[in-house]
Formats: sequence, C-alpha cells, structure tokens
Amino acid sequence: MAKVTFKTDICKGCGLCVEACPKHILGISQTKINKKGHYPAEMLEPDACIGCASCAMMCPDCVITVER
Amino acid sequence: MVVFEKPKSLTDAELHYCPGCTHGIIHRLVAEAIDATGVEGRAVGVAPVGCAVMAYNYFACDMVEAAHGRAPAVATGLKRAMPENIIFTYQGDGDLASIGMCETVHAAARNENITVIFVNNAIYGMTGGQMAPTSLPGQVTQTSPYGRDVKVAGYPVRVSEMLAALDGPEFIARVAVNNVKNVRNAKKIIQKAFENQIEGKGFSLVEVVSSCPTNWGMTPAKALEWVEEKMIPYYPLGVYKDKSAEEAAK
Amino acid sequence: MSEKVLMKGNEAIAEAAIRAGCRHYFGYPITPQTELAAYMAKQMPKIDGVFLQAESEISAINMVYGVASAGKRVMTSSSSPGVSLKQEGISYIAGSDLPALIVNVERGGPGLGGIQPSQADYFQATKGGGHGDYHLIVLTPASVQEMADLTALAFDLADKYRMPAMLLADGTIGQMMEPVELPAESGCTVEKPWAVTGTKMAREHNIVNSLYLVPEELEKTNFERFERYKAIEENEVRYEEFMMDDAEVCVVAFGIAARVSKNAVVAARKEGIKAGLIRPITVWPFPKKAVAKAAAQVKGFVSVELSMGQMIEDVKLACDCRVPVSLCNRAGGMIPSPDEVLAAIKNMQGGNA
Repeated sequence: MAKVTFKTDICKGCGLCVEACPKHILGISQTKINKKGHYPAEMLEPDACIGCASCAMMCPDCVITVER
Repeated sequence: MVVFEKPKSLTDAELHYCPGCTHGIIHRLVAEAIDATGVEGRAVGVAPVGCAVMAYNYFACDMVEAAHGRAPAVATGLKRAMPENIIFTYQGDGDLASIGMCETVHAAARNENITVIFVNNAIYGMTGGQMAPTSLPGQVTQTSPYGRDVKVAGYPVRVSEMLAALDGPEFIARVAVNNVKNVRNAKKIIQKAFENQIEGKGFSLVEVVSSCPTNWGMTPAKALEWVEEKMIPYYPLGVYKDKSAEEAAK
Repeated sequence: MSEKVLMKGNEAIAEAAIRAGCRHYFGYPITPQTELAAYMAKQMPKIDGVFLQAESEISAINMVYGVASAGKRVMTSSSSPGVSLKQEGISYIAGSDLPALIVNVERGGPGLGGIQPSQADYFQATKGGGHGDYHLIVLTPASVQEMADLTALAFDLADKYRMPAMLLADGTIGQMMEPVELPAESGCTVEKPWAVTGTKMAREHNIVNSLYLVPEELEKTNFERFERYKAIEENEVRYEEFMMDDAEVCVVAFGIAARVSKNAVVAARKEGIKAGLIRPITVWPFPKKAVAKAAAQVKGFVSVELSMGQMIEDVKLACDCRVPVSLCNRAGGMIPSPDEVLAAIKNMQGGNA
C-alpha cells in the first residue's frame, strides 16, 4: 500500500510532480489556495498510487514524502 | 516504510526559488549525497552569487558566501586549511563560467580536492534574465533581445568538455534534471563527486543542465521540454573525465 | 634577549608571520615584495604549512577568505597594482568580520606605475579601498625590526577585533637589510566559535556571510562594526614622538619618509630650529589626538610623503586647520632627501607655509 503526503503549505504549484507521475493521478488543486498563495498539488486517486516516488524526485521543494 | 523524504542535511528553511525552478532538485541531490556519505558534520559549502546566493540558509552544514565567481578559490583556502573537511561549491553558469572561469580552470588544473556543483541553465536568473556564457546561439534574453548573435556575442562555453581537456581534474561529468531518469542518474553522479573527495582523489565537477522557467518565459513543464530539445543536444550528457576509472582500465 | 640576524624587510615579514603561527600563505608574483613569497615558498613546506601561488591576486585574497573562514591565521602579500585587485576580497573579508593579514609593499602608481618605493596607496589603505563602509587596521613599519614586530601585532589585532589588518610598507623597507631581533613564537589566543570548521553535528551551522537583503539588518551590522572601530580608535593608536617636547615645527611622516624626516629634524635642531616629528605607526587609526595636542604648541606641520599628498588630509583634519600644514613630497618612486625636508621645516619656521 503506497502513500504520498504533501506538505501543502510549501507547495508552489509548479506541476512538475503532476507531469512526472506515471499513473497520472496527481493534479493541481482548482479550489484550494495555500498560505503562499499557490494552488497546491494534490492526490486525485490515492488507491492507484504505486509509490514509485517519481513525483518526489521531480519536486523542487521537498513537498512530498512517499511511503510504501 | 518511508521511501522518500526530505534529506536531513537540508534545513527547514523554505526555498526562495521560483515555482518549478530546478535549483530545488539540485539542492536536494547535493543534500542526499551529503547524507549518503555521512559527511554533514565535516562538510563546508561555498555559496555563489546568483540565484543560489542564499544556499547558505538551505544546507544544514557550515557555509560560506563567496564573492561572484570566487567560490573555487574560497574552497581552495578552506580545503588547504582543513584537509579532513569535505568542501563543496555550488555555482551557476554566470558565476562559474564567466566571472569565475579563471578560478574554476585553475582549481581544476591543481586537482584541488573539492567538489564543484555547476548549475547550467543558460541564463543569469537573479538579475532578471541576461545572456549567460552558456546561453545558446539564437537564445533570446534581456541582453540578447534579438537572439544570441554569435558574430557579436560569440559562442557558448562547453565547460565540461573544456575542463576534461586538462590533465588535472579527477572527474568531470554532465547530468540533467529534466526528468526522473536523469534525476536518478544525477543523484548517482553527484554522490560520486563527493565520494571522490572523501577518497582523496581530487577535483570533481558535476555540470547539471537545469532550467529557468521564469526567465525563459515558459511553464516549468515546458522548460524541461526545452532542456531536452535544445539544451541537451548542445550540452551532451555523460562522464567526460574519470581519471581513476581510466587508469584502472589501463 | 634573542640574537639579532641580518634580514631583508620582506623576509622579516615572512619569518615573523611564521613565528606568529601563520601557516597559510597565498600570493601572486609582483615586485617589490618578491622575497616575501620566495621565503614562504621555501619555509612553509618544512613546517607543514601551506604556500600556494594563486592564479591571480583575486584568487589569492579569496583563498585567504577561505582560510580565515576556517578560523586560522592567514596572509597574502602584494604590491600596489596587486593590492588594487585584492580590494573586492578585502571588502568581503571586512564585511564578513574575518581576521586576516594583507601586506602591501607599495610601489609607484597609478596604473602599472613603477617598481620603486611609494606611499601613494595611503588613501586606499586608510579610507576603504574596496566598496562599502569598512576599515582596516593599517600598520606602517619604518625599519626591518618593525616589519617583524608589526607583522606579529597585526595578526593579534586582526584576531582581537575580527577584522583584516594591513601592513603598509614600501619598497625601500621591503628591500632594505638591517639587523632584526625576531619575535618569539606565538599564536592566536582568541576563541573563534564562528569559524566554519564543520558542525560535527554538535551545533547549529555557522555561516560566513556579508549579504543582508533587509536594509535594517545591514544597517545594524554596519553600526555594530563601527562600534568596534570606535574601540580601536580609543585603544590601538600607535605613534612615535621625536623631539616634540619644545617643537615649534612638527613633521608628520611614516615609513621611509619618517626615517628621512628624522635626519632632517636633527639637522634643523643643529641650526637652532626647534623641529620635532610625529611618526604614525598606525595610520588607521590615525594618531589624531597626538596631532591635535601638537597643534596647540607648534607654528605648523609639515607632512612628508612619497605621494602627491594623501596623509596631509588626515593631519589637517586632526589639527582642525588651527595652524598651517605644508606638504613636502616626492612621487613616482622618488624619496624626499633630508635637505628637501629641512627646507620645508625652515619654510614653516619662517612662516611661509
């Protein structure tokens, strides 16, 4: 069971994790704005995550923790 | 089980870089190398002038802020004073390949036992997007608004190829951080550049082909495509010099 | 008392630095300080020290910045054009509050100038040189003995006040051979908890830095630094007075100019003219009080310099223009003769400032 956790407060919404995800299950929130004023990245289908950490590898801000 | 988290040798300070700037990835890779080799307590980093000027706030080890381009000379002083410490510089293309070219070449020629992380994103980011020594022919920047005209501004400098021609340096390699595969490889190479120093092998420089979405005027994802399509063909990835490996193969 | 040895001024600096515990030297070849680097190149490897000929003056001063960051005694030496190149690094060293020694064995300028002695870098040494608000402690040797003594003192003061110090010598003293009693072995006695020696995972990381993007913070560092400078101006002024008790004309001169001036003062006394000499040993901090005190007693001052007149401005400021100050100078590598200084003294005595 894989799990990714986002430190949403420091996400800059750059979307590099979204591009990197091989399962295409990440997205940029259309509704939430974090305290930095960005639309943060979020997990859309947690059950489909394979824990490959590609998202975290491409995140410039160490927003993502991956567990497996 | 946690399979990926922020490395310990990064502080909790939030990075000031623009959204999608790959400096953050490269900072993390350097910190991962410091963690993996277990040298945080004896590491001293030298920050450049440029976008990464405040790198001293992000690395948890001791840090020195150098004048523009002078990091290899400062690192030389640090290493000569403390041979047991692990000294690295983190420099951009303007810093390393323009104003600091002299310091870079001679530190390499001396095979100074330091690790140099050279971030090449083909532009001056901090000052707002001027032409860099590594800006591509035809590249539009604030100071080459009609595209870099090689008849006027000359040609980009391929630093890794140039330094690899010297007898001095131990290890010269070029990596990129534009996709997961390249990031994984960059991680290995950067770690090797630290291990070389720990083993006393000498000057190890890793050129990291990087992006600048803000000053290139692209989205972060588009900028990484531009790295693949424009930057990497001009700056081919690979290990350009590995003296120990070459000697072992003899 | 230890034995005296015959040494060149440049070599005396090098040997005194080694005896003061300096084990790191970085430089770039330039006349007329050559013997200093050559001495270091020979001696440092024998004592497990570092001599490194850098690729430029700019690199040399930044290597100094690196060693100083690590908290160790370190120096570089050069001559005027080379010291110009070092100014960027000196400003960073001052802005990062690091101790280091810079030796300038001055030659004539501007530009490539010449290779003969000069004092024309006085402004550069005492008024900044590089960018921003800062000072160096500037010591001016007038003999080979002082080349040695002031080198040791410069290291101590730099460590004590956490700032760069400069030995401002000239080509004459650098090349001159004299007997010298070398200072005893010493070393740094000041703790340097700020040094970047590695956290050893036992403390927060140290940062050596001169960047403050918040203006209030940068202003604070400037004010704090100048508080320290005030203490230096109170406590570290050094000068020699010669025949000043009843002097009516006061010569002010340092370095080789002071030695010439001393002869002129003696010659003036022989002719019945009450001349005296104030010889600044520190030119920053400048002996303002000594000059101000003399101003109450003398008819006027004669500033004797190997320049177009630089220190004369400090003399005028110190005496508040209460009495006339004249200039007796040569430039471009020339040295005023005792007769020229004597003539200037007579002129001042006669009221023709």
